[in-house]
Amino acid sequence: MAWETVIGLEIHVQLATKSKLFSGASIAFGAEPNTQACAIDLAMPGTLPVPNKKAFEYAVMFGIAANAEIGKRSVFERKNYFYPDLPKGYQTTQLAEPIVGAGYFDIQLDDGESKRIRIHHAHLEEDAGKSLHEDFHGMSGIDLNRAGTPLIEVVTEPDMRSAEEAVAFAKQLHQIVTALEICDGEMAQGSMRFDVNISVRKPGDPLGTRTETKNLNSFKFMEEAIELEVERQIREIESGNKIVQETRLYNGETRKARSMRSKEDSNDYRYFPCPDLLPIELDDEFIDQARARMPELPEAKKTRFINEYGLSEYDASIITTDAKTANYYESVVQLCKLPKPAANWIIGDLAAQLNKQELSIGESQISPEQLAGLLVRIDDGTISSKGAKTVFEALWSDGGTADEIIERKGLKQVSDTSALEAIADEIIANNPKQVDNFRAASADKQPKMLGFFVGQAMKATQGKADPKVLNQILLSKLTGQ
Amino acid sequence: MDRAEIENIAKLAKLHIEDDQIDEAIAGMSNILELVEQLSSADTKNVIPMAHPLDALQRLRADEISENNVRDEFQAIAPETENGLFLVPKVID
Repeated sequence: MAWETVIGLEIHVQLATKSKLFSGASIAFGAEPNTQACAIDLAMPGTLPVPNKKAFEYAVMFGIAANAEIGKRSVFERKNYFYPDLPKGYQTTQLAEPIVGAGYFDIQLDDGESKRIRIHHAHLEEDAGKSLHEDFHGMSGIDLNRAGTPLIEVVTEPDMRSAEEAVAFAKQLHQIVTALEICDGEMAQGSMRFDVNISVRKPGDPLGTRTETKNLNSFKFMEEAIELEVERQIREIESGNKIVQETRLYNGETRKARSMRSKEDSNDYRYFPCPDLLPIELDDEFIDQARARMPELPEAKKTRFINEYGLSEYDASIITTDAKTANYYESVVQLCKLPKPAANWIIGDLAAQLNKQELSIGESQISPEQLAGLLVRIDDGTISSKGAKTVFEALWSDGGTADEIIERKGLKQVSDTSALEAIADEIIANNPKQVDNFRAASADKQPKMLGFFVGQAMKATQGKADPKVLNQILLSKLTGQ
Repeated sequence: MDRAEIENIAKLAKLHIEDDQIDEAIAGMSNILELVEQLSSADTKNVIPMAHPLDALQRLRADEISENNVRDEFQAIAPETENGLFLVPKVID
């Protein structure tokens, strides 16, 4: 019988507040080392933490999105361990009474099926600083800018059965926290980090011994690390060994994992309620205000885009992947009232250009106004699809409006019927043989043969004839209808 | 309490214990545990765990940046620094 993989995730989501969880120091990314570490972050004697209200608001918004019970009363505890990038000697976190209780998310799998992943709970905690181990003449360098940054740690039940499901869940979570704007979603900067608990068993058996692979910061690494660990566990068990409960580290560059520490070596964290912080109670008003601030979530947005704009499931899911793309799309549609072409251009040419330049949609060189202007001119037949590509490129590199570019580059199609009729007459007169063949051919062959005449007319107008109008004129003249 | 448990606790606590001290440690630790175990004879079924001795609630602060860069002051009292980093004896977990 085949092995079954069992996966549970712990996800650290960095909250997009301005200041830290317990101090008024900035959390902006990329500052000079230790320039955003104040007395509280450095655990100077005599300091007292004061929690950030915004962090609670964001955690409550997450809880509502996760269909979870909100912990109206929550308590901070100290998780004690020794490490130099944790100056207090403990991390302030929550354990027995977290801010977000049990909940769930329904994820969409590639085969179109939906699966419910249960959330065990989510709690508020502070991040640690950063240790740099290279090149300080045998010492380690400590940067405490990140110390005290607010996080929510989301803990799932072991409900995922493959790397694919785990990645689908992780991507959906990323989508939701960025749509809520409670996290900037910048994975490369560590704004979301995944710990993966993995075990294998024969279907129906109790859970096997699990290992935890820590600190994965990309979907790709997560997928690779899971596949590697599942293979390793099956290989160990099949060759008669036991899985040891341990923490492992995956190196995305070498694609190898190693054991970091086994359970026997693990700390007893000696949790206890933090005497520096009183219990926090949130009233209904606070929770209602957080609920009122909730934007439309990606799933709801997708359904609305399908119903309101007639988009396909596929197009709607791509456009609603992140809130910025969805907003861009809606701005374009509002201006030009062309929902389908807008989707095609955003998913097609615009996405290709952004990828090529490694830009996000927020950095697009073409504004929704400019794109809408282009779409209107395609729709009313002013320019051909080929001309549209030229306009798009010019908008990207030179700016301006579609109309200015059409004018400047002479891209206007000839759709003036009398001019095109004159050209059609001339072509028909000059090609009697082709005309005879066309008229003798059966109706199902004629459309293909029409191509010859369209080609001639296009040549005569240097490609500027409106193909729709031209087709009609030629067809009616040739068939005499 | 047995030998292995004492050895493991010593390791986690980063304490060195001589072999001939282990029996004494077993006896001492067992005594402490027995004392603490007496607590579990109390009926706590209807007792809400106390998170804080004060009967008060935490106040929250607005999300505003109120702390400036004070790196120079703090690094002036640090044993060793380099390029803005605090230097500490190397520890790799």
